[in-house]
Amino acid sequence: MSARTRTSVFLIAAAALACIFVDGLLDLPPLGDYRGPYGYVVTQVAVYERHATDIVNAINYDYRAFDTLGEEFILFASVVGVFLLFRPEEKSKKANHKGDDADFDGERLPVSDALRVSTEAIMGVMIVFGVYIATHGQLTPGGGFQGGVVLATTPILVYLAGDAMSFERITDSRLVKIAECAGAAGYGVIGICALLFGAHFLTNVVPLGTTGDLFSSGTIAIISATVGLEVTGGFVQLTRIVLREIVEQQLRGKS
Amino acid sequence: MILHVPYFIAAWIFLWGLYGIVTSKNLVHQVICLAVLQTSTYVLLLAIGYKTGATAPVFADIPVGTPVVDPLVQALMLTDIVVEATVAALLLSMVVKANELANTVDPEELRILSG
Repeated sequence: MSARTRTSVFLIAAAALACIFVDGLLDLPPLGDYRGPYGYVVTQVAVYERHATDIVNAINYDYRAFDTLGEEFILFASVVGVFLLFRPEEKSKKANHKGDDADFDGERLPVSDALRVSTEAIMGVMIVFGVYIATHGQLTPGGGFQGGVVLATTPILVYLAGDAMSFERITDSRLVKIAECAGAAGYGVIGICALLFGAHFLTNVVPLGTTGDLFSSGTIAIISATVGLEVTGGFVQLTRIVLREIVEQQLRGKS
Repeated sequence: MILHVPYFIAAWIFLWGLYGIVTSKNLVHQVICLAVLQTSTYVLLLAIGYKTGATAPVFADIPVGTPVVDPLVQALMLTDIVVEATVAALLLSMVVKANELANTVDPEELRILSG
């Protein structure tokens, strides 16, 4: 099928799909006329039941905690998948493609002073901000996923600042692997701990504390922190895997 | 009718994402189109959960009982974003591998599979 036929077939199908969309969407309640009972109920009871003020995270890490466990393992599985795709191949296979990089002799473009100074200045702020976001998920918008992504950008800043050696040292460290595995396993362990108290899997059995405190809301805060660990570890590993070849070439160029 | 516009925007983004995937000449572009397609679900979910005059479902500064938008769809959206990020990471690494093996990122030229 040529590109042109395919596009015209698609356009006909898309027009039909659009008609079905419009027909279906017109039956939805108009904007602002929310009718679901679940949203009303959960916003009324969550603060009393769980002592968490951010209801979105109360749902994510408590009411729907089992779903978020699956979500976390999707992330874990994709890191494993990328790792498998980028596993080092045998030398013979690689030799075929080395021709492309022949003009790349490991020298990198010079990094401007402005870029280096500003990334180094912002790095500390990023780490503090990431930890803050990851640990305050039960109180204000944020949580483990968001804070973890903020934290995982700091090694990229190190790389942008032109310090391939430090990037390698940070991302290759045992700590990152431990963080990722502890984050992934910790979620399940917290769930199993509830079983020891005779409750269901992932029940909130930890004392709930005072609403509005940092150490409140029981397992919501703890699970959020473990997810933060997992996301940080996972994304740092991802950047390392993807940038590995370039970084190795730069390090070879330097030595 | 005018109050249904956000839903139509969601459908609009979805169809344009689909159009991009079908007509794309570059695998990286195709992955980005998939990401665009997925963003339509954010618009749809937020529009469904919206309540007139309601605020964000965070009771840190406001008393319980204040009208807030549905937090459930927002929680679903978070899941959606995480899945989108992981899917994009996996697909982009497949694109890198495809480029290494076939020396092309044009999906049209990827027809011949070799072991």
